[in-house]
Amino acid sequence: MSEVTVIVNHDVGLHARPASVFVQTAAKFSSDIQVTHDETTANAKSILGVLTLGAHKGAEIIIKAEGDDADDALKTLEQLVLDNFGENE
Amino acid sequence: MRTISGIPASHGIAIGPAYIFDRPEIIIETYSIKDPLNEWKRFEDAREKTHQQLDQAYQMTKDDCGAEAAEIFNAQKLMLEDPELINSIKTRVEKDLINIESALFETAESYATQLETINDEYLSARALDVRDVSSRCLRNLLGITDSPAAGLKKPAVIVAGDLTPSDTVLLNKEFVLGFCTSKGGSTSHTAILARSLGLPAVVGAGADIKLIQNGDDLVVDGDAGILVINPDQDALKEYIKRQTKLLKIQAEVEVLAHQPAVTTDGHRVEVVANIGNIEGVQAALDAGAEGVGLLRTEFLYLERSSLPSEEEQFQSYKKIADAFGDKPVILRTLDVGGDKDIPYIEMPVETNPFLGVRAIRLCLSRPELFKPQLRAALRAGYGNNLKLMFPMVATVDDVKNSRAVLEECRDELRKEGYDVAEKMDIGIMIEIPSAAIMADQLSEVVDFFSIGTNDLSQYTMAADRTNAQVAPIAGGFQPAVFRLIKGVIDAAHANGKWVGLCGEMAGELLAIPILLGFGLDEFSMNPPAIPFAKQLIRSISYEQSQGIAEHALNLKGDREIREYVREAAPEVILSN
Repeated sequence: MSEVTVIVNHDVGLHARPASVFVQTAAKFSSDIQVTHDETTANAKSILGVLTLGAHKGAEIIIKAEGDDADDALKTLEQLVLDNFGENE
Repeated sequence: MRTISGIPASHGIAIGPAYIFDRPEIIIETYSIKDPLNEWKRFEDAREKTHQQLDQAYQMTKDDCGAEAAEIFNAQKLMLEDPELINSIKTRVEKDLINIESALFETAESYATQLETINDEYLSARALDVRDVSSRCLRNLLGITDSPAAGLKKPAVIVAGDLTPSDTVLLNKEFVLGFCTSKGGSTSHTAILARSLGLPAVVGAGADIKLIQNGDDLVVDGDAGILVINPDQDALKEYIKRQTKLLKIQAEVEVLAHQPAVTTDGHRVEVVANIGNIEGVQAALDAGAEGVGLLRTEFLYLERSSLPSEEEQFQSYKKIADAFGDKPVILRTLDVGGDKDIPYIEMPVETNPFLGVRAIRLCLSRPELFKPQLRAALRAGYGNNLKLMFPMVATVDDVKNSRAVLEECRDELRKEGYDVAEKMDIGIMIEIPSAAIMADQLSEVVDFFSIGTNDLSQYTMAADRTNAQVAPIAGGFQPAVFRLIKGVIDAAHANGKWVGLCGEMAGELLAIPILLGFGLDEFSMNPPAIPFAKQLIRSISYEQSQGIAEHALNLKGDREIREYVREAAPEVILSN
């Protein structure tokens, strides 16, 4: 299982719209994807799980993926967080 | 007649018959099933239907209240498709052979409870969303189509426990005069909706709201946070009078919000905004702010696990300063101390944090905290009108030491090749009595003052504003505080420096004639107060306000001062 670590820089953290976009992006991949913050792990395709992580602005999250498109999934999700969930102009 | 108090959530006065918005509780029976496949098919049909309804709700809300308010229905769609939620439900149906209604209800309820137990206002509101979408799906499963919203056929005040997004989307907004709820806070869905519709609302009014019957005459005072049930003739007359005035003024005031604040005899002052984050920028501009008199920077430091980097601060400050172009934006450096817990900044435990190592004292003792902020501000101030202000200054040395660190940062940045603001005005908050008393000396080492009346009052009166028993002493109109303010303004003007005021007092209409009369140059307040403050300033003369200020200085207490201003400047009441 491969993983990446990334910092959430969006003002609202991994909540509201960023959380929705993150979950919708994860759902496009067939791999199992997990996201961990502060020793709590959630299914990256579950909005309720991702919300309960309580990842605020500045939080470090670890994304892990396992499956055929795992590498692609990790790259895409990492880029999404780095691009501030598509809000960087 | 009966009065209930709650939380003021949206400005204005609504008067009308009560409409009890009571959604009958859905009764879920639990029973065993034999055909899980068929049960699952029923769920998929109901989900499909729920999706269509949510799309519709999204569109309707977007048309009524804008895309931001509508976004919640997209989030609800995601919740209903949550793989974890679906899997749990599936297990209950396929393995335990219980009916889908019961499986859905139980599972959604357990997620909602989980969200509620994390002590976070945002996540608690999401618990309401989980319940909202699950009960919508349940109604589809059970074939319940009636909505209490359908009964609203004439103008009324909506009375409810709490309203969900699904409840409000179906309300015919034409007939809604205002809202009152027993639950919820100022960021609840009802509160946000009311503000976006510009309708008065009182929320969190408690169980007493059950005393209201359908059709009762009801007054919602969204400014005072008060509900009046079946008001008597006199009270009703009074409220109608206030409502009429308010509506008239609101219409006038909004038209004129972007006009400058010039007294009838030509004296102009600046009316600017207090803001605490990037989201505040638009509200300030819309309200007619002529700049930002207080940019609180704590937002960058709270709710996170490590210090914001210089780069991150630079980006945020620049975005805000640039949004105001050549209008001034005054950035206040970090104002925290032992009473606010920022986990990654180690702060000493103090027996008296308000008198301890806070604000500029903390920053001066921690260059690793102070310098990145100053560097970010100097970089962000290039090409706009960003100014810098230090909080909690007690002595001239505080200013000199802070300026020394600032100059050090400026030199470093130049050497590193950054674009840096050439000339950045430096000011201080006047919020410690010693600073007010020594304003003559302090005005020689700064470009401007901004009076922080909240702290100045509590330090002058020796009354903790967070202690309910003494808070009225710290929060009132104290002659001692007015005299200090007057002294500060005179001392600054004698040295050719300008003075602003960014405490609660600047937006209090009764205080404005006095402050104006003292010669205050800049009034900084929360954006919603701006149009009203401007209107008041435009309706009186500088000469009149000088007379009021002089007289008020010799009055003896809070009530006397308030009564006097009401009498001497009737315009105040008109603007309120």
